[in-house]
Amino acid sequence: MSEKLKVTSKLRDPLAVIYTEGYINNQGGEEIARVAYELIDAGQTILLLNLAGTKIVNSIGISILIEIIEKMLEIEGKLAFCNLTPTIEKTFHIMGLTQYSSIYADEDTAFADLTSSA
Amino acid sequence: MADSAVSREVNLTLPLLPDMEIAASKTATAIAELMDMSPDKVDEVRMAVVEACINSLEHSRSADQKVYLTFAVVKEGADEKLRITVRDNGVGFCPDDLIEPKIEEKLKAARKRGWGLKIISWLMDEVELQSGPEGTTVAMSKYCDRRTDE
Repeated sequence: MSEKLKVTSKLRDPLAVIYTEGYINNQGGEEIARVAYELIDAGQTILLLNLAGTKIVNSIGISILIEIIEKMLEIEGKLAFCNLTPTIEKTFHIMGLTQYSSIYADEDTAFADLTSSA
Repeated sequence: MADSAVSREVNLTLPLLPDMEIAASKTATAIAELMDMSPDKVDEVRMAVVEACINSLEHSRSADQKVYLTFAVVKEGADEKLRITVRDNGVGFCPDDLIEPKIEEKLKAARKRGWGLKIISWLMDEVELQSGPEGTTVAMSKYCDRRTDE
């Protein structure tokens, strides 16, 4: 029954893209945070979370994403999201994440916008 | 107000164990799809059920370590809705003590959780919360898309 989240990343200079596949619950959120903090420690200041492979999240997982946003604000970096399902996007709006991070339809659109403002 | 009648009902009892919310969400999805809800509405129902279940898992501290779900297809005149009840026999809480979470405050706070009920109330059409020393019940409904076609 357990649906473990798979997290991978790719450098797409000047940003780093984190890909998820599966359910973002507390363990999933922690795995995303682990990868994000490794990238931040390596000097990345713009992170794009591509959720194309995630159809379900819960609020505990999103709370961990808020911790990453907090970290990005501290380092004056950016966390952005792309390829969200309509419900995940609506949930991010409800929770107010969109006040501190941008949402894009797809990775290329995000890349174009984030690199033009980088 | 139109009379309401339950046309179908499914009961599900789950142990309060990690990931049990996935089983609940699969049942909710199957029933909502049978009702011909749009994929977006099905997704919203699924997420609301996940949130209600993890609230029980995280906070109920119930002795029986179970959560009881009822999925009812309810006819209200020409309308049809899915009513989902998520109940536990836990310690409960005072609903008046609930504080609406705000992102500005959560960003600075050590504890960033506490969003479940806010998410449920936004995703579902109707939400009722009852809580006390005998446990907590969240009753939530989502109307089907077909109501204007009939």
